[in-house]
Amino acid sequence: MSSAMLRVQKISGHAGPVPGEGTQRQQTVAKLIDATTCIGCKACEVACLEWNDLPFRETVFNNTYQTMPETAWNYWNLIKFNEHERGDGSMQWLMRKDGCMHCAEPGCLAACPADGAIVQYENGIVDFQQENCIGCQYCVTGCPFNIPRFNPQTKKVFKCTLCSDRVGAGLEPACIKACPTGCLHFGTKDDMKELGQSRVQQLKDHYGFTNAGLYDPPGVGGTGVMYVLHDATNPEAYGGLPANPRVPWSVRLWKGPLKWLGNIAMIGGLIGVTMHYLRFGPKQVDDKGAGR
Amino acid sequence: MIQRYSLIERSIHWLAALTYCYVLLTGLAFYSPHLYWIATVFGGGPTSRYWHPWIGVLFFAAVVWMLRAWLGDMRITAVDRRWGEEMGHYIRNEDEAMPPADRFNVGQKYFFWVMLWGGVILLITGVALWFPERIPWSLRSFRYAAVLLHVAAALITIGAFIIHVYMGTAMVRGGFTSIIRGEVSPAWARLHHRLWYERVRGASPGR
Repeated sequence: MSSAMLRVQKISGHAGPVPGEGTQRQQTVAKLIDATTCIGCKACEVACLEWNDLPFRETVFNNTYQTMPETAWNYWNLIKFNEHERGDGSMQWLMRKDGCMHCAEPGCLAACPADGAIVQYENGIVDFQQENCIGCQYCVTGCPFNIPRFNPQTKKVFKCTLCSDRVGAGLEPACIKACPTGCLHFGTKDDMKELGQSRVQQLKDHYGFTNAGLYDPPGVGGTGVMYVLHDATNPEAYGGLPANPRVPWSVRLWKGPLKWLGNIAMIGGLIGVTMHYLRFGPKQVDDKGAGR
Repeated sequence: MIQRYSLIERSIHWLAALTYCYVLLTGLAFYSPHLYWIATVFGGGPTSRYWHPWIGVLFFAAVVWMLRAWLGDMRITAVDRRWGEEMGHYIRNEDEAMPPADRFNVGQKYFFWVMLWGGVILLITGVALWFPERIPWSLRSFRYAAVLLHVAAALITIGAFIIHVYMGTAMVRGGFTSIIRGEVSPAWARLHHRLWYERVRGASPGR
């Protein structure tokens, strides 16, 4: 899903500098999802399908109102319905709009080996460029939120684009436009943080949600999609939102120290055998006298 | 001349060699952005990604065949341990000072076992990388281990591969011809693999 309007700041699998980096000043954008005012109407799900021209797919009934158990390659925006039992035994219905979190330090981009298959725009949106995708699914392993989805027919991976095409043209994402309760907000990251914090304060002061908080996990450098949660101490209750997401340590080790160690070992090996040849030369066998 | 490798042994060796080179080169393309151009040479990123696992399976099949055929020759023995202690002489081309070796010397045996066990790890982790979405989210730590182990095992086999190619082509003269035409001279056999030479000479004196 490409957007020529937006300048790029990070490119996956790319050797050398990022073309055009820093030539345009752009505000970091963010989506704020107020889980406390979501009514689970799924208008955002429909708007996402409509705007992105995603084909119809069958839904999966799972004894809940949830459309299907997880997002899919052609279903990027899914409300997760969770029946949560509070400490006092009463029931609380937690609804969370699940999709790509647009991390500031994206694990998918770090893991991706294909030049330009994943980009991060100057405004912070993380976008898959399917024409450059090789279908290796390393992004699936790199993502701490379980978001990238593989299409086995086309061998390409898909996820929410934060409507980079709309944002590049100065519009808000389709899901934001469709939301009837005002639970979805879109703007600069700073504004959204401020708005989120003020809502958190309101929840604490007037609604008794003493554990209310803003979900903007620092382990991935903060996210371009933030949540206001009734209980920020237990994000797992919202359909498995990780409490402290990080790019997997093995991915960081593999793309960092192991790569340097490997480069040194391979180049060292080549230099080593060359030096051996220069110092000792080949093993010759004197065939003279030995019956051939 | 003495026959060292049968036609089928040579064929399987070259099947393993070519398939290894393919997975090595396409693997290097995915390993480093600076080497991604290799994928272009092999028909582009998606094509390289499509064939890499299949050719890897073929490589593993060739190695398994070698295990079946050479298991008896590849067991590490007391003779090998003595040979291994004197390896410094071998490296300095002081071959007269070496204890006698059998059909394969201990270096060749180590190479075989590194490629076999490296191949096992690469296959198991490779299957996990092939179908990551089939691994449930609750077992994702297996996927995390796989990306790391696949690269680590590949790097170890690359180290062994560099030494193997160097020794087989540049260092040990006569070795490359033996894996192409299958034959070595009696003097070569006597110098490098004395125990094997004495065994085969006893069985069939020259041809």
